[in-house]
Amino acid sequence: MSAAVTSSEPMLAVRGVKTFYGNIMALKGVDVDVHRGEIVTLIGSNGAGKSTLMMTIFGQPRAREGQILYEGRDITRMPTHEIAHLKIAQSPEGRRIFPRMTVFENLQMGASIDNFEHFDSDLERVFTLFPRLKERISQRGGTLSGGEQQMLAIGRALMSRPRLLMLDEPSLGLAPLIVKQIFDAIRELNRTEGLTVFLVEQNAFHALKLAHRGYVLVNGSVTMSGEGRELLERPEVRAAYLEGGRH
Amino acid sequence: MAVDTAHPAGAVAGSGSPILPGALKDAFLTGLIALGLLGPLVGFETVVIDGALGLAYRPLVVAIMVGIIVAGRLILNLTVWSPNRPPKAQAGSSPVARGILAISPAFKPALLAFAVGFPFFATLMTGGLSESRYLIDLGILILTYVMLGWGLNIVVGLAGLLDLGYVAFYAVGAYTYALLATSAPVNDFFAAILGETFWANWAFWFCLPAAGAFAGLWGMILGFPVLRLRGDYLAIVTLAFGEIIRLVLINWVDFTGGGAGIASIPRATFFGIPFTAGEDGFAALFGLEFSPMHRLIFLYFVILALALITAFTTVRLRRLPVGRAWEALREDEIACRSLGLNTTNVKLSAFATGAMFGGFAGCFFAVRAGFVSPESFTFDISAMILAIVVLGGMGSQIGVAVAAAVMMGGMEMLRNLGFLKQIFGDGFDPSLYRMLLFGFAMVAIMIWKPRGLVSSRDPTIYLKEKKAVSGSLVKEGHG
Repeated sequence: MSAAVTSSEPMLAVRGVKTFYGNIMALKGVDVDVHRGEIVTLIGSNGAGKSTLMMTIFGQPRAREGQILYEGRDITRMPTHEIAHLKIAQSPEGRRIFPRMTVFENLQMGASIDNFEHFDSDLERVFTLFPRLKERISQRGGTLSGGEQQMLAIGRALMSRPRLLMLDEPSLGLAPLIVKQIFDAIRELNRTEGLTVFLVEQNAFHALKLAHRGYVLVNGSVTMSGEGRELLERPEVRAAYLEGGRH
Repeated sequence: MAVDTAHPAGAVAGSGSPILPGALKDAFLTGLIALGLLGPLVGFETVVIDGALGLAYRPLVVAIMVGIIVAGRLILNLTVWSPNRPPKAQAGSSPVARGILAISPAFKPALLAFAVGFPFFATLMTGGLSESRYLIDLGILILTYVMLGWGLNIVVGLAGLLDLGYVAFYAVGAYTYALLATSAPVNDFFAAILGETFWANWAFWFCLPAAGAFAGLWGMILGFPVLRLRGDYLAIVTLAFGEIIRLVLINWVDFTGGGAGIASIPRATFFGIPFTAGEDGFAALFGLEFSPMHRLIFLYFVILALALITAFTTVRLRRLPVGRAWEALREDEIACRSLGLNTTNVKLSAFATGAMFGGFAGCFFAVRAGFVSPESFTFDISAMILAIVVLGGMGSQIGVAVAAAVMMGGMEMLRNLGFLKQIFGDGFDPSLYRMLLFGFAMVAIMIWKPRGLVSSRDPTIYLKEKKAVSGSLVKEGHG
C-alpha cells in the first residue's frame, strides 16, 4: 500500500459526529479518518448508519454534535453545494442520475463545478474508464441498465475533478461481473491518479479487498477498524458479514 | 366453447368465440349508465317562465344521446375492441409517426411563416381589413396563450416546479401597466419635461420592461417561502398565491379600483405614434387610409414578437448552465446539490424568469383590452395555461405552441356548433356543450398521448449527431 498514509494530517476527519433523525440517534459519535491517496471503506449491515454518515459529511442531515474537517477546514455547518465546490464528489446512494437527460448531459452537469475548463480531457478520461458510456452517449440516463447507471454516476462525479471521491454502495443491485468492473475502475483511479476514495459498502468482501483501510459500523458506532486485508481475516467480520455471503 | 356447440349460428365470422351477445349486453349496460348520467344532466333544463324558475324536460335529446352512445359502444366492441381482431404489431413506428418525423424539420419554419403572414392571410381570406377583425383577435388571443404557455413552461416543464398560480404574475404585469399608465403624478412628471402627450404615447413601451421586472420580483417573493416544497404541496401554495393576488386586487379599492377595475388605459402606439385618425396619427404619417385595424394588426405583431422573444430566450437559457440546472433540478434535487448547484438560486431563477414572461404577457393584455379588472385573473386562466403546457408536452416549445393553438382555437370553433341544431332540434344551445367536448378532448389526449403532443426532448448538447429521444421509455424524475 505505497500511496497510503503519507501525510500526518488526514484529508477528511470525522470527529465524534452524532446525527439524529428526530429523536433517534442514527450516528452515536463516529470517528473516521481518510488520508490522502487512500481507499477507505465503511462496511456495515442495513440500517447501521453508513449512508447517514455519508450524507452527514455532505451536510444533509447536519451533525448535531461533533466536527467534520476537510483539509483542515471545518465543513460541519457548510451548505451542501459549497461542500461540493471544495472538490469532494459524491456518487449518492441509488445513483441518482438525471433520467431524462442524456449520458452526455449528465456528464456535463458534473463538470459545472470545474467550470468546464478541462471538459474534453475529463470526458476522455471517463470514457477510457467506462467505454460503455461512450457507446451510450446520446441515450437517456433512465434507459441505461443498472450497471451503466452506476458507471454514469461515478463518471459524473469524476467530471468535477474531485480530490476526494465518495461512493455510496456502488455495488447495489448489480451483477457480480459489473461489480468487479466498477471496483477495478476504482482501484485503477486510485493507483494511477492517487485519487482518495471513501467507499460505503455492504459488499464487505469486495470492499475490504479493495480498500487500504476499513471501518465497521454497527448501530451507529464504529466497532472495528484496521487495514482492509487484516479486517478481512478477523473472525468477527467473517462471521458477521462474509460467511455465506461471499460472492 | 360450450356455447359454440349449442348455438353454432351464434359464432361470428368463423374463428374465435361469439362476441355479439357479449357486445349487446355491454352496450345495454353502457346505455343504462348513460341514461342514469344524462337523465338529470341533460334531461332537465332550467327555464324562466313568467319571471319564475321552472323546469323543462328534454326526453328526445336524452334519447338521441343515449342512442349514439349505445350504438358507438356496440360498434367499438364489434370492431376495434373485438377479441378476434389480430393484435397490432408493436415493432416499428406507425406510418403516421414516420410521416410526422419526415415533415418535422420543416414544421417549425412553416409555423413561424404562417404566424408572421397570418394577418395578411386573414385579410385576404375575409376580403377586407375590418372583416378580418375576428380572425386577428383570435390570433392575438392564441399568441397570448402561446406566450403564457412558454413562460410557464420554464417553471413547470423545465424546472419541474408545479405552479398553479401563474395567473398572479399575469395580473401583476397587467396592473403594473394599468396603474403606471393611468397614474396622474407620472403623467404630470413627464408632461413637465417632455410634453403633454408623451406619457400617453410612450407608456406601454416604458411599462413593458417594468411589468416584467415587477412580475419577476413577485416570482422571487413567491419563491422564497416555497423553496422547501415540491410536488403537491408546492401546487397548493402557488394556487393560494394566485388567489391572494386576485383577492388583494378586489379588496384594495383605493389602489387598484377594486372589482370595478381600471378603465381607459392608454392604447398601444407605434413607438410613440398613436393609431388615431388625426394629423399626427399612424395612418396619416404613413400615407394610409385610416382604419382601426392598424392598431390591432400592430398588436398582433407585438405579441408575436414577445412570444418569439420568450421562445428564443428559453432555447438559449436551456443551453446555458442555468437552464441545464433547471432541468437537472426537475430530475433530481439531491443529485443537484451534491453536484454543487445552489438549488435555492436555481429555483428562484426559474420562478423569476417564468414570472417575468407572465408579466410581459399581462402588460400586453392590459394594453390590448384597455381595461383590467380582477375578473380577468381567475384560477381558470392558470388552469388553462397549465393544461396547455401539459398537453403540449412538458418542456417542448413547439408542443406548447400547438397545444395553445388547438385549445384556444378549438374553444372558439366550439362556439360555432350550429350543425348540432340539425340533430337535436332548434331549442338546443350548442355553445353550452363547449366545455363537455373540451373535456372529451382532454381525456382523449391523456389516453393516447399521456406525455403531451410532443413528448421527445432535444438534448441541449450532443456529439456530432443530434438525436431526439422519445420520452415514453423513461420514468419521470422523483417528485
